[in-house]
Amino acid sequence: MTHWIIAPVILPALMAPFIVLAARYHIGIQRVFSVVGISALVTIAAGLAWGASDGTVTLYQLGDWAAPFGIVLVADRLSTMMVLLTAVLALLVMLYAIGSRWDERGRHFHALFQFQLMGIMGAFLTGDLFNLFVFFEVLLIASYGLMIHGGGTERLRAGVQYVLFNLLGSTLFLFALGAIYAQTGTLNMADLAERVTLIGPDDSVGIRLASVLLLMVFAIKAALVPLHFWLPSSYAQAPAPVAALFAIMTKVGAYAIIRVYTMVFPPDLEVTAGLHGYWLMPAALLSLALGMIGVLAAKRLDRLVAFSVIGSMGMVMIAISLFTPAGIAAALYYIVHSTFAAAALFLIVDLTRAGRDTLSLTAAPPVAGAALTAALFFVAAIAMAGLPPLSGFVGKLLILDASFASEQVVWVWAIVLGASLISIVGFARAGSMIFWKAQSVEQPAGTTPAARPATLCYVAVGALLTLLIAHTVVAGPMHSYMIAMADQLFAPGPYIEEVLDTPGKLSEPKEGQ
Amino acid sequence: MEFLVASAIGVLTSAGIYLMLRLRTFPVIMGISLLTYAVNVFLFSSGRLVVGAPPILVKGVETYTDPLPQALVLTAIVISFGMTAVVVMIALGAYLGGDDDHVDDPVTEDAP
Repeated sequence: MTHWIIAPVILPALMAPFIVLAARYHIGIQRVFSVVGISALVTIAAGLAWGASDGTVTLYQLGDWAAPFGIVLVADRLSTMMVLLTAVLALLVMLYAIGSRWDERGRHFHALFQFQLMGIMGAFLTGDLFNLFVFFEVLLIASYGLMIHGGGTERLRAGVQYVLFNLLGSTLFLFALGAIYAQTGTLNMADLAERVTLIGPDDSVGIRLASVLLLMVFAIKAALVPLHFWLPSSYAQAPAPVAALFAIMTKVGAYAIIRVYTMVFPPDLEVTAGLHGYWLMPAALLSLALGMIGVLAAKRLDRLVAFSVIGSMGMVMIAISLFTPAGIAAALYYIVHSTFAAAALFLIVDLTRAGRDTLSLTAAPPVAGAALTAALFFVAAIAMAGLPPLSGFVGKLLILDASFASEQVVWVWAIVLGASLISIVGFARAGSMIFWKAQSVEQPAGTTPAARPATLCYVAVGALLTLLIAHTVVAGPMHSYMIAMADQLFAPGPYIEEVLDTPGKLSEPKEGQ
Repeated sequence: MEFLVASAIGVLTSAGIYLMLRLRTFPVIMGISLLTYAVNVFLFSSGRLVVGAPPILVKGVETYTDPLPQALVLTAIVISFGMTAVVVMIALGAYLGGDDDHVDDPVTEDAP
């Protein structure tokens, strides 16, 4: 049994207390350890992803207890890809936080960042629903700290909303878990997948209720309309690097939906057949429409980006709610794209703060380093709105293509294309107002222009956009890998076998006992 | 006993939701606390209600109660306790800073 699978959880878990205890007053040492830790994480994640890329499912039994009784971590194609995505994003966001000195504006930024990573990594790797809940709480409690990093009344108010909404979500999660346990007597995902098939159609009320409750919990995490209310204020008010890291948090919800609703409650399962797509598809279409209308209606740049995150999550959920291999593959491709695009946009919003009093969409003197910032915004906006040539366009094309098999193909095409148009208008308006019209406004007399943001900031944002371009260039191989991933998800047999049939400490009585 | 537990969960939940809709920090936090109590009792009952039976192996005992929900409840209690403490601190900070304890977005004067 390889121990590397648990390394993405253990490493930040050790790094965070080390930073708090040993390097409390030395921001320089904190930075070094944070970057080194995340770089190691990227390497480990790449190794895991490489190991899983041929389709092997690797199991890690904590304490060597066998599956339905012990907690297991499972590394397959999907979870390792999400772990790698998180690690790469975290490294670039951390570079930005250091470059922009956001990490100095409050205490314990680096430690909370590491705890946040621990929660996200654990949520992606775990093979147990209750363990998923625990890791959700770990990432949430770290995110509460990060969200109010730097303080300020506005941010604290948004923080209260964010915390309360997520507490409600956690309570709902526990209700769902209790209902599932009462119906099946297990919370291990692989074990659940087998036991759910044993439930007769006459006795399906409880499990149907539980599966919809669970879907609702994950939809809250994924900010699906009408459960999205926590997102705009908290993402807009959060410090920029934190908001950029939060770009992966909505994807945790999408990941959980993909995982649970392809393995535990697959679309062809008799007791819950047709239940999820029926609710999910209209909500996803509504999210996309509302998100993009929000982009057009936003009065501030940070809220505009927050609404574009809701819209892009709507796009992901449309693809997921098809519940076909092609749909899931398209969703996975779009998840990678929208994570990087949203993170880049949040960081660019912070760059435009240099030299501007407010982020509201009014004409003001040009921001410091306007030319470069404007170019970056241009590229990121193209990616987010889904214009050619960047990966947003490819992803959208894949989603439109996958929706042909669905009955709601007309709705999907109409709303996806309409929403794209609206978002293009919204981004173009924002960009021209902030960067273009600014050229005609004179710097007020007696003030000096603000200094240009540090080069490291531009390096971090540039790297995110480079990754987006790379994601476009290698779209072919990426998409075929996503298809392989989706095929693995829709044939969970090997996964379940690996989890349930691997013997543990007490599986067989030893000699002489 | 089933009726007693079920109605307790129901009353706690409805009171929690009512308080949460009050949109002021204190009632909302009270409401969240009531909801977590409700979910704890619910989790506890998800392993079927058995009276006076041990959860771990004891010699000479025939009926047992399910030990797993008790472990789950313990985890849930610890987590909800910690989360409540965090939200109280953040809410206090927001209240002292803004002199206003509404949890919804303040109505802005259409600021530019």
